[in-house]
Amino acid sequence: MNALIVSNLTALLPAWVVMHAASLIVVTPLLSGPIALILSRGRLAWAWALVISVITFALSLVLYGQVLDHGSVVYAFGDWAPPLGITYNIDALNVLILLLVAGMGVLSLVNGLPSVLREIAPKDQAPFFAAFMLCLTGLMGVTITGDAFNVFVFLEISSISTYVLVAMGGTTDRRALTASFNYLILGTIGATFFVIGLGLLYMATGTLNMADITAHLHTHSEDRVVRAAFAFIVIGLGLKTAMFPLHTWLPSAYAYSPTIVGTFLASTATKVAFYAMVRFILGVFDPGSPFSGALLEIVLAPMAIAAMIICSVQALHQADLRKLLAYSSVAQLGYMLLGLSMGTAAGVSASLLHLFNHALMKGALFMGVGIFGLQYGIRQVQDLRGLGKTMPLTAAAFTISGLSLIGVPLTAGFVSKFYLITAALERGWWWAAAAILASSVLAIFYVGRMLEMMYLREAPKAKGRTKKAKTGNVPLLALVPLLILALANIWFFFDASLPKGLADAAATALLGGGAL
Amino acid sequence: MTELLSAPMNPAMAILVAGLIIAALPWHYARKAVMLISPFVALFFWLKMSAFGDYAPLTLDTLGMSLTTFRFDGLSRIWGLIFIIAAFLNALFALHDRDRLQDTMSVLYGGAAMAAVFAGDLITLFIFWEMTAFTSVFLIWRTGTAAARNAGLRYLVMHIGSGVLLLAGAVLLHAQTGSWAFDHIGLEAGLAGWLIFIGFGIKAAFPLLHSWLQDAYPKATITGAVVLSAFTTKMAIYALARGYAGTEILIYIGAIMALFPVFFAVIENDLRRVLSFSINNQLGFMVVGIGIGTSLGINGAAAHAFADVLFKGLLFMSMGAVLYRTGTTKASELGGLFRSMPITAFFCLIGAGSISAFPLMSAFVTKALILAAVADEGHWIIWLILVFASAGVLEHAGIKIPYFSFFAHDSGRRVKEAPWNMLLAMGIAAFLSVFIGVNHRWLYALLPYANDYEPYTLGHIVGQMQLLLAAIFAFALLMRIGWYPSEKRMTILDVDWFWRKPGKALAQWTYAIIARLWAHSKRGLLHTLSRLSSMMSEAFSPEGSFSRVIPTGALAGSAVALLTLALLGVYMAS
Repeated sequence: MNALIVSNLTALLPAWVVMHAASLIVVTPLLSGPIALILSRGRLAWAWALVISVITFALSLVLYGQVLDHGSVVYAFGDWAPPLGITYNIDALNVLILLLVAGMGVLSLVNGLPSVLREIAPKDQAPFFAAFMLCLTGLMGVTITGDAFNVFVFLEISSISTYVLVAMGGTTDRRALTASFNYLILGTIGATFFVIGLGLLYMATGTLNMADITAHLHTHSEDRVVRAAFAFIVIGLGLKTAMFPLHTWLPSAYAYSPTIVGTFLASTATKVAFYAMVRFILGVFDPGSPFSGALLEIVLAPMAIAAMIICSVQALHQADLRKLLAYSSVAQLGYMLLGLSMGTAAGVSASLLHLFNHALMKGALFMGVGIFGLQYGIRQVQDLRGLGKTMPLTAAAFTISGLSLIGVPLTAGFVSKFYLITAALERGWWWAAAAILASSVLAIFYVGRMLEMMYLREAPKAKGRTKKAKTGNVPLLALVPLLILALANIWFFFDASLPKGLADAAATALLGGGAL
Repeated sequence: MTELLSAPMNPAMAILVAGLIIAALPWHYARKAVMLISPFVALFFWLKMSAFGDYAPLTLDTLGMSLTTFRFDGLSRIWGLIFIIAAFLNALFALHDRDRLQDTMSVLYGGAAMAAVFAGDLITLFIFWEMTAFTSVFLIWRTGTAAARNAGLRYLVMHIGSGVLLLAGAVLLHAQTGSWAFDHIGLEAGLAGWLIFIGFGIKAAFPLLHSWLQDAYPKATITGAVVLSAFTTKMAIYALARGYAGTEILIYIGAIMALFPVFFAVIENDLRRVLSFSINNQLGFMVVGIGIGTSLGINGAAAHAFADVLFKGLLFMSMGAVLYRTGTTKASELGGLFRSMPITAFFCLIGAGSISAFPLMSAFVTKALILAAVADEGHWIIWLILVFASAGVLEHAGIKIPYFSFFAHDSGRRVKEAPWNMLLAMGIAAFLSVFIGVNHRWLYALLPYANDYEPYTLGHIVGQMQLLLAAIFAFALLMRIGWYPSEKRMTILDVDWFWRKPGKALAQWTYAIIARLWAHSKRGLLHTLSRLSSMMSEAFSPEGSFSRVIPTGALAGSAVALLTLALLGVYMAS
């Protein structure tokens, strides 16, 4: 069915669009940024950003169709062959991320309009959407490019625009400014590590094209420069992925930024950095080399487990709703890093599936919190009291996504956690399986706390009466994306062929179906 | 249409779908109608099942596994039927309740328990196993008191833990055998076997894992307690019978379960709590039967579970009716209610007779199977323990419950008789309890294995009557010569004065020591827990050390430290 939709879409579009989809998917949002700036009116800029993000999403579907047909696609700019020119490589691994980022871009833009109008000063709204478009550009670029230095450039485009986006929360909450500053310093350190690593790699191999580097590395794996490059790149990207203990920038950045930014970043930014990590560790470097295995086991696995346990406990103790969700995100990134650190096809596939599912659930939860905030100004967990009665529909969608976060059966979260546990046991890492279960139990409690407030506590009374929000007051625009995501959380339990198929194909391509 | 009617349908689906419909129906009367009709639909599905087998396979591509959602065989047949009956009686008993949440949750809970019983694989079992926890907890929370909320939370923790253990065990087992099927597991399966065993044990209220039961059930709502008493524990007994038949350790676990609640029940003042202890005691008999594992033992466990749902439900209903009319089930505040609630008192006496195993009543024909299975295998000490526990049943459930609520000294309460729907539900349960006692062949034909045991032998009847009459005679004698302080406001300890006269001092001493030890260890435990939680919040709360704003320089330092670690790791690797 997926293939049918995609082929119909491809048939509808002009031939040149289909042919150059790979470049258009980055160029369109890049050029649209300045135009959004010129539009200068908030709603107009929003409409423009929405149109562009829909186009981007359509292009990612086209690319998905091409991957379905050909396996992987190489797009060379100006027909310059790889070692000289820049290429975009699209395969199962990054088309999954492209679909996710573009899709979440559309949904968070639709959901975010009312909150942007409320939270951002009118004169800043058009620049805000311009920065948003640049952020989207950066994320798509990191994902699609086949050139190592290009990854750095796009990573910085997305990061710098993110610093701006986070800082725009400063009009409602001054703490956004320090959060943004912190993020800027740490993000820059991460980028520096990354670019140092790239420099070392260039020194050792004399090329920046990823496929080319890989070809060279097979003869250089004993080289100390390559080893140093590997450590620098992994830690640099680890910072951007919010790998424990380098995650400290994330909770404040998500909690104090404008609502729409929190929603969008939570479901995309760290995912893209994680993708880059997977691409470099398994795709560019040789996953079979001893130093790769050592780093995965000595650094990644313990940090992943620490994140899963410590940040879940920390989420349990948060009073601020968005901070709670942000700490839970760090813990969930721990699951993904754990899957990657297993170094088996099953582990990587499970971790990619969890990446996809986590974007669905966390996106929905942030949207839910945003709607509660719009309606009642809710920021704290204890303010959720009685929302099960006063805003039943939003609360229901929030609940479904929360259950998915726990990993309750009949939700998508169960599927990916299940595969993670199976993969851990296959690898013989029973302690990792135990950690996944322990962290899930912690999730029951921090999600349970919110649900208890919503359903079991009486709503606060105003003038002796419970204020019931009329559904008419909840902007339909904000509500519909939330409902879509909540339903997706159920849908992908029953039919996960799309993400699972891509994740499996990606993992097999990276690891050849076998273990280390 | 005819194909649809003849196709095998899972009875649990009827109840689960009804639960979803009830959740969506805004009209009270329509909800009640669905609640009452759905068990009949389920019964229809159950009746038209002509052959044993696995039905309704569900292939879950997502998880790469095929599930068996409906297995109909000798074991699931009888459990399915009693759960259908229980669903109907619960709906009838709750007819007066205007509570949409509770209606929805109790129906879904019953449907989930039924679906778990019909599950042919461990994943389906796990899903519905957890669903019973999530739905039933609302029946406790709905009381609305802070005590109920906390008890519900503790209950939820235990039961989710049970499900997590089950899932962990299932995954391990799958790694070993490559199959998800839910058949005999046994402790031979190693860690996987033990994990699932403990997971089942939590729901079956094994000793030391039992506290949730006496903690939560008495705090549930009036109808909630009736619903709860039917499903969770009996589902666990089913799971044990399926997975651990013939596991020897169960014999000793069961014996302890049958024995220890007797002592607690006699000193308890809250009559619903007494009944909760009595659940534990009855489960003990069934667990022993499963531990024996012979066809007679399994038959006994199944039959006793069937009877227990009826008479325990009946007793909970009668106490629920008392609570509904008087607002209390404290023994010290009740008494003399037979004047104002004669019909309830009558049904309660039938329930008490059934649980005490009077001839012509249900437990007489079911408990006998278990005792016979124990005797056949030569476990004489266990047999004696079970006989003693049977006497204990008569004391705390057979005499104490009806005597303190309906007779004893008159509390002066003049209330109305219970509502008609409660009376009807109790009446049906009472009728079925007696029906089984009289027509035991009907029940025996439903058991998993062929059964030609004959309970009505002279020896059995005489032995049982000796046990029962001795107790009643002693009770009457004490009343007659006035040693029984019936006109005083009494505490619970008085009624078992006779039972424990010779060993009273010893028993009291033991109890006091145990209570002190328990209180001490509990205080120590609570102290440690509160220390731990304050340490945790010092570390993790928004004001805590982990969340303090860390200078950016220090953060950069940590990045460098991690890089150093990574570099070292990479260099050292060979």
